[in-house]
Amino acid sequence: MQDAASTIAIAGVENSSAHVWRERARLIGRNVFPFIVVGAIWEAIAWAGVFPERLFPRLEEVAWTFVELTLNGILPNHAAQTLLRLFSGFVVAGILGVGIGILMGRSRRAEDLLLPIVSIVAPIPGLAYAPLFLLWFGLGNVPAVMLVGVVACFPVIFNTWTGVKAVKEIWVRSAQSMGADDRRLFRHVILPGALPYILTGLRLGLAQAWRILVALEMLVGVNWGLGWLIFGARELLNTDAMLAGIAVIGIIGIVLEKLVFQKIENYTVVRWGMVTA
Amino acid sequence: MQEIEVTDVSLVYDTPAGQVHAVDHASFELKASEFLCLVGPSGCGKSTLLNILAGFLKPSGGEIKIGGKPVNGQGMDRGVVFQDFAQLFPWRTALGNVTFGLEMKGVPKEEREQIALEQLKLVKLEKFANAYPHHLSGGMQQRVAIARALAYNPSVLLMDEPFAALDALTRDDMQRLLAEVWRETRKTVIYVTHNVAEAVYLADRVVVMSPHPGRVKKEVVIDLPRPRDPLSVAFLEYQKQLLQELGEATAKPSARQ
Amino acid sequence: MTDVAAGAGAAQRKEINAAVARSYWRAAASIVLALVIYEGVARSGEFPVALMPTIPTVAATFYDMLLDGSMIKHTVFTLYRVLFGFSLAMVVGIPIGILMARFRPVENFMLPLVSALMPIPSFALVPLFMLWFGIGNLTTIIIVFYAATFPMMFNTWSGVRSVNPLWLRAAGAMGADEQKLFWKVIIPGASPFIITGVRQSFIRAWIAVVGAEMIAASSWGLGWVIFDAKEFLNADIMLSSLVVIGMIGFLFERLVFGSIERATILKWGMVRTARN
Repeated sequence: MQDAASTIAIAGVENSSAHVWRERARLIGRNVFPFIVVGAIWEAIAWAGVFPERLFPRLEEVAWTFVELTLNGILPNHAAQTLLRLFSGFVVAGILGVGIGILMGRSRRAEDLLLPIVSIVAPIPGLAYAPLFLLWFGLGNVPAVMLVGVVACFPVIFNTWTGVKAVKEIWVRSAQSMGADDRRLFRHVILPGALPYILTGLRLGLAQAWRILVALEMLVGVNWGLGWLIFGARELLNTDAMLAGIAVIGIIGIVLEKLVFQKIENYTVVRWGMVTA
Repeated sequence: MQEIEVTDVSLVYDTPAGQVHAVDHASFELKASEFLCLVGPSGCGKSTLLNILAGFLKPSGGEIKIGGKPVNGQGMDRGVVFQDFAQLFPWRTALGNVTFGLEMKGVPKEEREQIALEQLKLVKLEKFANAYPHHLSGGMQQRVAIARALAYNPSVLLMDEPFAALDALTRDDMQRLLAEVWRETRKTVIYVTHNVAEAVYLADRVVVMSPHPGRVKKEVVIDLPRPRDPLSVAFLEYQKQLLQELGEATAKPSARQ
Repeated sequence: MTDVAAGAGAAQRKEINAAVARSYWRAAASIVLALVIYEGVARSGEFPVALMPTIPTVAATFYDMLLDGSMIKHTVFTLYRVLFGFSLAMVVGIPIGILMARFRPVENFMLPLVSALMPIPSFALVPLFMLWFGIGNLTTIIIVFYAATFPMMFNTWSGVRSVNPLWLRAAGAMGADEQKLFWKVIIPGASPFIITGVRQSFIRAWIAVVGAEMIAASSWGLGWVIFDAKEFLNADIMLSSLVVIGMIGFLFERLVFGSIERATILKWGMVRTARN
């Protein structure tokens, strides 16, 4: 949507900036409209009192709670804890995934040994082995981060492996004919050649880490974190706090998707004209 | 009576940079069973004109009549063959692709498969009736496309550089095959190409177009017996003449708008 | 240019067969190796037996659970929930995806909502739905539905949008009306994306059902039994259920979706268009 807006803006250079602004306003309006409709429906149901108010609060109450919890630092603190876990887990996933993926892509023996195991474990939902993990490694932050890392590393492994395998033989040969040794071949040909795939893998891994983390925080028994916040809010029937927490989760999800990864992709892969997705 | 009458057809696009005359007052006529080639450099509007004839685009002015009736949108009186191999439906076999038009007409299954098989025989592909397009080579896919466009028996065949994406040898084969198919079916054909030798080989008459704006520059009747010999002096003379016309068309774009 | 891509030559085929045989061999070897390592660690006594049972113990537990019918009941419950929610997601997601691609106003309305809701992990809604719908089947099914709908919708939408315009033109030239165009061209043309969507949403649904059963526990279901077993340190029950979860996921992925793919987009040579 934003892309469309900027294209229109560029196409109409000769047009007055007033026109551009009107166009932009129209676009924003079009994107906001559905939320107004859904919000209005929500309000109508809340006002009609179909459900008890504790379970179905009005939107302004949710907004108030959101502001209140933000100002007194509770919401930011939970969010920060969750993000810290997310990124630590993601770093673990990235290192594990890229490492194993490259190993599998470059060495036949590693591929033979690891691929079957990776293919068996990858499709099992991460939460299914979460309790086993907790049983073995205990409750708390470190097991949670480790678990997020393990669950999220599979898409990274698969994509890195595919990427390394997809590096064009012709690039390898021409680099070799220009005298590149193994180390430089890896650094200057294989890594950049596989990068589009690795980025896709990291992106999928981050999305997976995010999805699993929220559930984990409900199960693992940590004291901070958005998952814990909304799960705890249930006990006290604080539906408004819960919805505020869900809103933050949604915002973080969108920001991760739109800002972090689309940016990275634009800066590297799209610039090289290598993206096909 | 003329089979196809194209009278003063124009197509003007509005773009941020102003109006573009893709086709500017083009006029020509075809007799029934005539083979006409539209030749011109890229941007001369030949493909646009074909798309107007097929009914995919609406002209901003002028009129087209086929069999005396004005053209309004797509119709089963015309069969269309595109350049892109992807025009075939990948989820249907060669036979399934050829039966499509008959299926739309409501012809019963057995009958349409019989007709389709005959069409495939015409393009020498009856052995591959049950193959899916991705198993066929480019040349074969284009032959299926020709059979598909002929199957529901339109009076006019519109072809938009159907062999341009093929290698040179296959293209020669295809041209021979098309000449044969045309001799047997006697369809009225409008064939767009930028390849002069191809035009001389296939056409009764060649319409040369010039770009910016897209205009009909010249008509050349190819008066050669068939089958034609591409190495004969007369053939080469025609080729030379057309190349000259094309050169002028490209070199002297008339004043813009 | 060869007239037909008839496939690899005999020598090449032999080579491929040898490679396939080799990969099966190595796969078996690597799995056996992994199991042996596990067994070795389990028997070493480094960990309590309750936490890391030996493979025979797990097998015995698995067998017992099969015999007393509890494992089957758990599986049936889980399958019921996942298939219910997943089917609902298809029934809702595919038509909406099609409508979005065909009608501008629907797209304008739905796309912002989809983009906003899709990044919210389905598990974040479990506590809310527990409040609204209680503990049990309904909440789990709705979570599965929520998780599975968006990939379905999104893929169908992009599939219908990416139908090659040339096919539409060709079909139009051959006299296809709107309805025929839709059923005979747009649906098969979008099928690679729709099938990818079905696949993705089943994976999501499968993850969602296990997680939702854990959090919104009732008293049956494979996810629930794993979580419940943690309380009693029954690692053997956990591992048995884990095996069943893995097998069901594998069966669906390979047998169900694999054969759907083989019968459609693989046969038509349309795979590459959807996988990016």
